[in-house]
Amino acid sequence: MIDVHELTKRYGDKTAVDRLSFTVQPGQVTGFLGPNGAGKSTTMRMIIGLDAPTSGTVTVGGRRYAEHAAPLQEIGTLLEARSVHPGRTAFAHLMALARTHGIPRSRVDEVIELAGLGSVAHKRAGAFSLGMGQRLGIAAALLGDPEIVMLDEPVNGLDPEGVLWVRQLLSGLAAEGRTVMLSSHLMSETALIADHLVIIGRGRLLANTTVDAFIENAGGRGVKVATAEGERLRLLLSGPDVTITSTTAEELVVSGLDSRQIGAIAVEHGVPLYELTPQTVSLEEAFMELTSDAVEYHSAPADTARRRAA
Amino acid sequence: MTDTAFADSATTEPRGSARPAYRVTGLRVLRSEWGKFWSLRSSWITLGVALLLVVAIGAIASATYSPDAVASNGPPGPGSNSGSDAVGLALLGSMFAQLAIGVLGVLVSAGEYSTGMIRSTLAAVPRRLPVLWSKSAVFGAISVPLATAGALAAFLLGSLGLRGEKIALSLGDDGVLRALVGAGLYLGLVGVAGVALGVLLRSSAGAIAVLVGVLLIVPGLTGLLPDSWSDAVSPYLPSNAGQAVMSLHQSAHQLGPWAGLAVFAGWVALALAGAAYRLVRSDA
Repeated sequence: MIDVHELTKRYGDKTAVDRLSFTVQPGQVTGFLGPNGAGKSTTMRMIIGLDAPTSGTVTVGGRRYAEHAAPLQEIGTLLEARSVHPGRTAFAHLMALARTHGIPRSRVDEVIELAGLGSVAHKRAGAFSLGMGQRLGIAAALLGDPEIVMLDEPVNGLDPEGVLWVRQLLSGLAAEGRTVMLSSHLMSETALIADHLVIIGRGRLLANTTVDAFIENAGGRGVKVATAEGERLRLLLSGPDVTITSTTAEELVVSGLDSRQIGAIAVEHGVPLYELTPQTVSLEEAFMELTSDAVEYHSAPADTARRRAA
Repeated sequence: MTDTAFADSATTEPRGSARPAYRVTGLRVLRSEWGKFWSLRSSWITLGVALLLVVAIGAIASATYSPDAVASNGPPGPGSNSGSDAVGLALLGSMFAQLAIGVLGVLVSAGEYSTGMIRSTLAAVPRRLPVLWSKSAVFGAISVPLATAGALAAFLLGSLGLRGEKIALSLGDDGVLRALVGAGLYLGLVGVAGVALGVLLRSSAGAIAVLVGVLLIVPGLTGLLPDSWSDAVSPYLPSNAGQAVMSLHQSAHQLGPWAGLAVFAGWVALALAGAAYRLVRSDA
């Protein structure tokens, strides 16, 4: 678990992170979202003690990062910026990190295989493509078999196969009960991997919510139905968990039922449908709306109420 | 998970499976830095260059020695009397090798900042200071024996060239071994100074500039001071002090060999203290 409490970082008169509080829970994937420059990387750097907070605290597994006897075993990190000497081979790089903890060579070989770097392990990292560099960073993050995995923009530069690999890897880690946190500036991509969302803008917390709740707020997962018998269908579909809105007499937007159920009900009662479309919510738009106006949403209830719940 | 946080890491067994008890120790950080040093091609090349400079220049200077040339036009070097004895000639190369070794020391530390490697390093060793001690110890432990061996080789090769000359000396003569071993110690300390400056300034170019300035340029600047000041200050300047140990005979304005080396070690310790302060206090 990562516990960020009232974390603040100022550079001169610029506030990069502003009284940020949230926790990252084990057993799920938490997406850490914000536009570029929102303070995501700064926050992650403070979590592992590379930067010291101006005020506030952050603990990893109940302690400050530096107080762990084996920090790489507690939390494995991939930082956004390259953190590898280009003159060293992938193997030598991982070995250097492993030696500090007494991690055996066999584990180094293991993460090299896991990251799909077997064929380039003895090539110098400076010759790596962006994608291979990311894989090396992820291999380093997994080196200590950590309880918590924190990745800054992990799919950055990966090809589709690599993106899928990261997605499966992260959900696998979360399924094992580990804490997974990944940052991104792309909402749609994060929604595919994450269960929980922490959204920040200009260093402040904008939302701390589940992916489902965010989608619900963004316009739900409704189904658009078009029929000549709008009123009749509305009566047929209504139920305790179903909400129906309509813009015209012939168009309904139904949430609480999926298109399959609606179609079945319509056939059963002989209501002809000429459109049955699941609404695609634009998560990206909802995200941009949320972050573009950081000040207005700053004190949204999501802030505090959902944090408790999480 | 929560239990993990409070239990001793050595006895922790999360998720029911036995987990290896990893732990960061000083010795392990030392081993890591040792491996890091040798896994870079630049280390091998620069060390090779330094060794070549020590041996080749020393041997050549001795081989081409002619008593008439020295009297009027002695080569620059430690103290004012180098070049006039077998040891001074043999150690002429160390004046150049100190640059190679100092630069390599800077690369060992500042190179991590320029490449971003420092983030990985400090994520693995968040207490930070062991990294500085280990880098210094590893580089010192590598460069001192190497430079000493180089100095010995230069002297022995030089002896062949000086056979029959008046200034010829053997290893057993007074102060010869001390000067050669002293050269190794001096060069090793220059390397450690490079490591410290690299951590202090976090920039290869900046640290190299300061190192070269302090070792080579500052001693010359004392000529601008009034004589009495210059005589008082000059022996304590880092390179003047450190090189006292390398000269066979100390001039009137030079510290004794071991006192000089101690003063130089003091300067290096000062740089290390500054580096430690910056390493711990500023964001990586």
